Amino acid sequence: MASSTDKTVTLPAGADPPLVTGNLGFHDITQLVSYHTEKRPPSAWYMAIAVSSTLLCILLIMIAYLVWNGIGVWGNNNPVGWGWPIVNFVFWVGIGHAGTLISAILFLFRQKWRTAINRSAEAMTLFAVICALLFPTIHVGRIWVIYWTLPIPNQMEMWPQFKSPLLWDVFAVSVYFIVSLIFWYVGLVPDLATLRDRARNALRRRVTGFFALGWTGANRHWRNYEKTYLLLAALATPLVLSVHSVVSFDFAISIIPGWHTTIFPPYFVAGAIFSGFAMVMTLLILARKIYGIQNIITMDHLEKMAIIILLTGTIVGFAYITEFFIAWYSQVEYEQYAFLNRATGPYAWAYWTMMSCNLLFPQFFWIKRLRRSIPFLFITSIVVNIGMWFERFVITVISLHRDFLPSSWDYFNPTIVDVLTLAGSFGLFLTLFLIFLRYLPMVAIAEVKMVLPESDPHFYHKDESEEH
Amino acid sequence: MLKKIIQQIKATMGVYESRADGVYGLLAEYSNPGTLIDAARKVHGAGYRHFDTHTPFPIHGMDRAMGLGQSKVGYITLIGGLCGLGLATWLQWWTSAVDYPLNISGKPFFAIEPSIPIMFELTVLLSALFAVGGMFLLNGLPRPYNPLFYSRAFTRASDDAFFLHIAASDTNFDLEETESMLREAGAKAVEVIHDHGYSELHKA
Repeated sequence: MASSTDKTVTLPAGADPPLVTGNLGFHDITQLVSYHTEKRPPSAWYMAIAVSSTLLCILLIMIAYLVWNGIGVWGNNNPVGWGWPIVNFVFWVGIGHAGTLISAILFLFRQKWRTAINRSAEAMTLFAVICALLFPTIHVGRIWVIYWTLPIPNQMEMWPQFKSPLLWDVFAVSVYFIVSLIFWYVGLVPDLATLRDRARNALRRRVTGFFALGWTGANRHWRNYEKTYLLLAALATPLVLSVHSVVSFDFAISIIPGWHTTIFPPYFVAGAIFSGFAMVMTLLILARKIYGIQNIITMDHLEKMAIIILLTGTIVGFAYITEFFIAWYSQVEYEQYAFLNRATGPYAWAYWTMMSCNLLFPQFFWIKRLRRSIPFLFITSIVVNIGMWFERFVITVISLHRDFLPSSWDYFNPTIVDVLTLAGSFGLFLTLFLIFLRYLPMVAIAEVKMVLPESDPHFYHKDESEEH
Repeated sequence: MLKKIIQQIKATMGVYESRADGVYGLLAEYSNPGTLIDAARKVHGAGYRHFDTHTPFPIHGMDRAMGLGQSKVGYITLIGGLCGLGLATWLQWWTSAVDYPLNISGKPFFAIEPSIPIMFELTVLLSALFAVGGMFLLNGLPRPYNPLFYSRAFTRASDDAFFLHIAASDTNFDLEETESMLREAGAKAVEVIHDHGYSELHKA
């Protein structure tokens, strides 16, 4: 426990519990986090990446098969033109939201506990958004003209239709990706400098040095840096709320019963945060164990996440019930049928899976003992994500399969290509996440040091401050 | 004259000229953020301007101690945001109402309401790009070469050590006097940084 500041932390009675446990000093934190990017990865990592990259290969094969044959290889049929690809798109883009919530919104609210989890949550955001962008891209069928969605001058002298929510979606999700990427990178720069300064071999020093941009931790630089970080957080906050709102416009601006509701934007955003926190929890429960950083990502962090899952899960459940109420209250028979059909029609199994996973299961988090039980948290985080996938399935498929014209009603069945593409997208996500864990500090080193009491000059001026 | 202005601008980024004899500056190490902030206050009080502290994390109150004002990144971000808003408005109006007007169920070719999502997205995008670009510009980054990297101890500036660097380009700089002042302020060690690839550690 060698540290330049060899004072031990003594907390006054009644103070908040420390965010970092185990009495770690500055150097201990550097060591604990950087070490995992420097040592040989544990065999569990190799096993995990073997599985995930196999799934990734399956994804690539499925995409090749799809591009060669056209989207007829999926289960999409005539009323259900948006099958699993759009379900998966909304699912993945929702997962991403928790990362930005943690990094931006909790930053603005001065929630210091976020420092332990923001880096990995932001990485998760980026990788989830990559998966999300994949699905609409391959869903267009003619993937080689996907650039038509961008306002690029072309030989047809045509422009994208800016009045279409689908185009807003292209902009919203791409901007979200770019802003999340630069936010993440800006946060990484000081930590890359740490890795550079610790590097033993020349190649590692060059690569980390290149990306650290010559960062020296100068206060003149920190001054602009902190301001920029604050501004990026302030920009990312409305952005993240807008992204899932725009995604919900894809549905809400159409006239399909079950889609055409004004509740969609807030309901989608709450659902996104709900599913995203569940995914963060799944990943971090594993990562903190494997990497032995339980002192940085503590039980308190997990409990706080459980509370957010409980809150957002209840909001989502409330939205489900509100939809029913509004369908009845509106007196529109198509709307009423759409919702009755959800709960009692051929897809009732999907509807009730969604209800029990999203509304009922998180309610167990009212009990403190369960909020602090790792096995229970882990199971719930997975159940919630299953539930949220089904939510998107319910919204997309059930609303489409029976529209205004009974003669066109049909039942949607996924094909093996649908299933393998979804499984493969998890391969893409996990492969990227494992590479991140291997090569980059999974905890924001500089930011965690800032939440230690020793980082504040007042810690050393105790006598002075008591005089005032 | 122009050279002088460029030097001044570079100094705000923390990029200093080395002296004719190759001395870049003095690097003093302090034991904790508390003594560092006191030293910075003292150095600023003694009239030094070309100096900076190097720490593994930003230190609360250091801007005041060093006599630095507000960061200007905010203005750059605002310019970026206005550019984004302007670009989005122009893009949507020009493409759908001027270059290729397309009648879609009798809706106006251009209206504010359906244009808002794109206006918002591009405002955020350009603000963010300007904020980060502006931050790097104001900080003089990327800066692959920095004479401070010749110091071995300086590698700990990103780990657990707290440094104060006074550049030789400062008008008050004097090798002996400045060094003794840094020591009086409680420096654990002082190093002379040379721009020719080495540094000498002066043991107390």
